[in-house]
Amino acid sequence: MTTSIDARKVLSDNGALGGLLVLVVALSVLAPSFLSTQNLLNVGVQAAVVAVLAFGSTFVIVSGGIDLSVGSVAALSAMVGAWSSTEAGLPGPLALLLGLATGVVAGLVNGALVSYGRLPAFIATLAMLSVARGLTLVVSQGTPLATPDVVSELGSNLTPFLPVPLLVMLVFFGLTAFVLTRTYQGRAMYVIGGNEEAARLSGIDVRKQKLVVYALSGLFAAVAGMLLAGRLASAGPQAAVGYELDAIAAVVIGGASLSGGVGRASGTLIGALVLAVLRNGLNQLQVSPFWQQVVIGVVIALAVLLDTLRRRSSTR
Amino acid sequence: MAELLRATGITKRFTGALALDGVDFEVRSGEVHVLLGENGAGKSTLVKVLAGVHRPDHGEVVLADGVRLAVIYQELTLVPELSVAENLFLGRPPRRFGVVDHARMRRDAVGLLDRVGLAVDPRARLGDLGIAQQQMVEIARALDQDAGVLVLDEPTAVLTDTETDRLLEIMAELRDQGVGLVFITHHLDEIRRIADRSTVLRDGRSVGVLPRGASVEQMIELMVGRTISEQYPRHRQDPGEVLLKIDGLTRDGVFRDVSIEVRAGEVVGVAGLVGAGRTEVVRAAFGADRYDSGHVEVGGERVAGGDVRAAVRAGLGLVPEDRKGQGLVLTSSVGENLGLVTLKSATRVGIVDRKGQRGRAAEMAAALRIKTSGLDQEVRELSGGNQQKVVIGKWLLADPKVLVLDEPTRGVDVGAKVEIYELVNRMTAAGRAVLLVSSDLPEVIGMSDRIVVMAHGRVAGELPAVGTTQDQVMALAVQEISA
Repeated sequence: MTTSIDARKVLSDNGALGGLLVLVVALSVLAPSFLSTQNLLNVGVQAAVVAVLAFGSTFVIVSGGIDLSVGSVAALSAMVGAWSSTEAGLPGPLALLLGLATGVVAGLVNGALVSYGRLPAFIATLAMLSVARGLTLVVSQGTPLATPDVVSELGSNLTPFLPVPLLVMLVFFGLTAFVLTRTYQGRAMYVIGGNEEAARLSGIDVRKQKLVVYALSGLFAAVAGMLLAGRLASAGPQAAVGYELDAIAAVVIGGASLSGGVGRASGTLIGALVLAVLRNGLNQLQVSPFWQQVVIGVVIALAVLLDTLRRRSSTR
Repeated sequence: MAELLRATGITKRFTGALALDGVDFEVRSGEVHVLLGENGAGKSTLVKVLAGVHRPDHGEVVLADGVRLAVIYQELTLVPELSVAENLFLGRPPRRFGVVDHARMRRDAVGLLDRVGLAVDPRARLGDLGIAQQQMVEIARALDQDAGVLVLDEPTAVLTDTETDRLLEIMAELRDQGVGLVFITHHLDEIRRIADRSTVLRDGRSVGVLPRGASVEQMIELMVGRTISEQYPRHRQDPGEVLLKIDGLTRDGVFRDVSIEVRAGEVVGVAGLVGAGRTEVVRAAFGADRYDSGHVEVGGERVAGGDVRAAVRAGLGLVPEDRKGQGLVLTSSVGENLGLVTLKSATRVGIVDRKGQRGRAAEMAAALRIKTSGLDQEVRELSGGNQQKVVIGKWLLADPKVLVLDEPTRGVDVGAKVEIYELVNRMTAAGRAVLLVSSDLPEVIGMSDRIVVMAHGRVAGELPAVGTTQDQVMALAVQEISA
């Protein structure tokens, strides 16, 4: 009895979880190969890049902002890492660190434009989307570069049943949940997203906190970029184009509010899994990629619609 | 007098809680019928049932033939970016050949504005008007739709005394024209001035109908269900050392050379008309806005200007006048809101002591008697008075030396008001001090030890609170100061 109530509570707290379960059940009936261990691991690997990007976007969206640059920043970070090792001859770990630092710097620039330059987040990060993509092309001269070994290993398996991307995704999930629920920065994000003026008048340094938020988003984007490059063993100039929209979709499917103040790490993880399961399942069912885009769009709209209806009925 | 509206036996439940319990209510042509009760007594629910927003579980609402009901809510439903005329005919502009007939719209607008005595250019942008004028536009719009019954839900909460006078005059005129008015207010003196009768709600029940001329004591006793011995229970004591010193504070074009001292154990009231610069001065002193010259000292130490965090560290707190817009995080819970100011001090190596924060929030919620289903309840669901207690509570947890209260009891019912006054007493008894900005003159006189009166951005004078009359305060507030 109590367990059924608990299950209901978990489902009503995580609107998207019900959707994910429905999706998994439907696909395992329609496509028998879907439930195989190997395929499920594949789903995890496929979800990893978007999930890590989306965790970073969760910080931004909870604090009432938006980051459109994460796809470009991911590509630039991976490219800087690859270039530092292949072209500049730096040792792999150092190249990796340089790549991650690139993401943080891009994030700091976003944050400075938003908090000190008073630019709307949409505009600041839209500009960064273009700048970072352009720099990626400049650095790469338009051709893919090989990644250092340490990055390529990010795409490999630790054991046959533990792909590294899956591990990284889970670690960053834990990290995101910890930051959001336990740390000062995380709690401040909810306050700023909920009411920026109240945050300021309560003595929270809103501008500094926003800087931290965008820097985190940039760092997470860089990690996602490394994961993506690792799987392909090369950093591509056109890598992760449009991923920022997948990241935002994952966060929103997970129940966050684009007006800020609401959102959770678990929701974002589920959102990213919903997208990955859907793509994987549609492939299994041999749905054409053209139609896949249509289906994914419909699912995003449905997920958020259901979530809105659920909230409305629970506050009545 | 013809009956315009009759509601009988209205019962309404929300997820188990009884919001209205067999309430009878009627409105006649040419009367002002006041709906009186504490926050949460069921006034708003009753209004929503009358307006057809909520369907009652039992009972019925009958409007006389051809009578329409219009509600003026506290939050106005106008579009600031459009002109006054466009707002008056929002959604149904006069048309000619399918195109909006601007000339006719302006002509009709002038006639309507005349009815509520508002002399503004119908082409003016609505957002450029003051809040009182916007309210008149809203009322004029309701009149154009031939509302026979006009419900005014706390319209005076955001108005100055002069604006309130004007509104009451217009209400009297509308009454003479045969409109039936339902009036909700927390200001009991307004009721004495305008009410033909008052229905008192308590805990969802109608507990009595008071005739014209009922005394304030009668109203309070029916509302609260007990007698409140003192409306302003201030315990005055000898002041100690200076805790807050605002010295020659100036912001060009806003306020000039303002000096205020607040001592330990003291409540200093700041009175003045709206626009006199009271809010601007205290916000600047708190670091929320910049100032051009002068300085602020807390406990003998200078506080850097324009830096809220420095002010908080020095021991200042501010309960802002706009509770929802600046005081609360509506998307968060009661517990989270109580912990806002102490979030930083409860953090060790970046990690928040959530258990400690929760424990302290629970103690504070109990000490302030905040009516809530628990710390996890969303703060938006609380009544105005309880929301205000949350904002004050978050500061009390940080134990500031001086707490600035800007219109702390606006939109708060009598019972909760007295509880907020008791908090003020408790702070001063503990050797802290309070700077009280309020447009409610009886409150300033009743709760302060000294009163600083501001006019035109300057200090017009200072009065001892004991023995001062409202007229003396007003005389200072309206005086012309030569620059």
